[in-house]
Amino acid sequence: MDIHFLTYKLSLAGGILLLSLLIAMYATLLERKVAGFFQDRLGPNRAGTFGLLQPVADGLKLFMKEEFMPANADKFLYILGPSLTMLVALLSSAVIPWGGNLNIGGVDYSLQMADINIGVLYTFAVVSIGVYGVMIGGWASNNKYALMGAVRAASQMISYELAMSMAIVTIVMTTGSLSVNDIVAQQHGFNWNIWTQPIGFLVFIVCAFAECNRTPFDLPECETELIGGYHTEYSSMKLGFYLFSEYINMFIASAMISSLYFGGYNFPFMDVLGVSPNWITIIGTAVLFIKIAFFMFVFMWIRWTLPRFRYDQLMRFGWKVLLPMAMVNLILTGFFKLLFK
Amino acid sequence: MNQNPKIQLTNRSKVVSNKEMTFMERLYLPAILKGLYITMSHFFKKEVTIQYPEVKRPVSDIYRGLHVLKRDDEGRERCTACGLCALSCPAEAITMVAAERTDDELHLYREEKYASIYEINMLRCIFCGNCETACPKEAIFLTDRFVASETKRNAFVYGKDKLVEPKDAPIDISKRQTAEVKTFKLDKSKSHNK
Repeated sequence: MDIHFLTYKLSLAGGILLLSLLIAMYATLLERKVAGFFQDRLGPNRAGTFGLLQPVADGLKLFMKEEFMPANADKFLYILGPSLTMLVALLSSAVIPWGGNLNIGGVDYSLQMADINIGVLYTFAVVSIGVYGVMIGGWASNNKYALMGAVRAASQMISYELAMSMAIVTIVMTTGSLSVNDIVAQQHGFNWNIWTQPIGFLVFIVCAFAECNRTPFDLPECETELIGGYHTEYSSMKLGFYLFSEYINMFIASAMISSLYFGGYNFPFMDVLGVSPNWITIIGTAVLFIKIAFFMFVFMWIRWTLPRFRYDQLMRFGWKVLLPMAMVNLILTGFFKLLFK
Repeated sequence: MNQNPKIQLTNRSKVVSNKEMTFMERLYLPAILKGLYITMSHFFKKEVTIQYPEVKRPVSDIYRGLHVLKRDDEGRERCTACGLCALSCPAEAITMVAAERTDDELHLYREEKYASIYEINMLRCIFCGNCETACPKEAIFLTDRFVASETKRNAFVYGKDKLVEPKDAPIDISKRQTAEVKTFKLDKSKSHNK
């Protein structure tokens, strides 16, 4: 491994990390702004122009808050919970192709951290670890509401992960590859997977909402019943980590949706533009981020439209609607694949 | 329980139907899309927020807000500490201490007697305007200014430093003291002024 390669990978990793954090930071502002506009309000606009300094102020406030730890909490697990959530939220960005190849000085640089051939499996694995952060945090708090939230989170994630996997398996079936890079590359131009997999997309986006603990699936932290759910006992930056990781998760989930169903960095008429491949890559990355921004907006849009599910409705929906739907989609896809190949 | 279902107190009750939902309704998707449409339509609506310190909500011409103790044309305080405002105050918010004017204070006070201390407790005040009506010297008026928020209770007791209008920046009360109001108030033939 030469120093050249190492610098490239390290700078890419650093760039992605900083970008995720920055986007998550401003997603909090966007969320509040969007919520304001949906409710005929203005949202925060006191800190800086358009409230642009609001995330900084929020972060500073969280740092200044008292670090509270319940008397009978398990100290190690109590700290592990938010750390794990944050770590896992950031991990899954490694396999997302943020763009095509950049050719600098005759060497191709891929804008993907790691093009592993089981990228989809890796994402699943990482996302399912995400629930541990919530569970451990809820358990270690030694508080009944936190525990309730943790239990809910666990059962919710398990029920929705299955349908989500099945939705992606159909993508894997049509693509014939588990590598995210291949899946994106095959959607060249306008051949996006959404055209062939509308049901799969519907299942996937619903499950993505559930996995991110966003409304209407935010039962683990529902304020009205469980005070704060799994993060009831958390304060200061530990709470900040939980809240922040939600937005990172949202960012990653939007990136996954864009990559798997909406062509990732591909955009229509990319072959007839007649510009150099480097420019195509740069435009592609910009297009990817536009798609991501749109889906993050959809996340917020849904949040400020729909009320929260009741717990039994949530379970029924997951097992009796989404899972059969994903299964039927799987079978249909297999059937069509046999028929037209 | 109502024994006879035909007898109703009002005719506003509705028969609730427990009918099975149709397939389209059970899909929920049309309803969700409709909801999304509604929220999106609000997204582009004009915001109702009034950004207070910069933009003030318009109030009526005769709005009853923070009081002012007026000066006359020569800049002398009009108040003579008669105590009628305190007497008329239903919330007992006004208190004052009277003092006699000395010869070297002729340019400060209009009458021989004046209020050395004049305090209104803004937490007690109900802004009814009775003090203004009672005042025979046209000294106290309610204005369209607001009482600012404070963090200490004592800060709401406004003394003369906050109530008396500054010499160089007279406060306009012409909307509340129109010519009609003034003639009516000063009319000795009316029973209220006898």
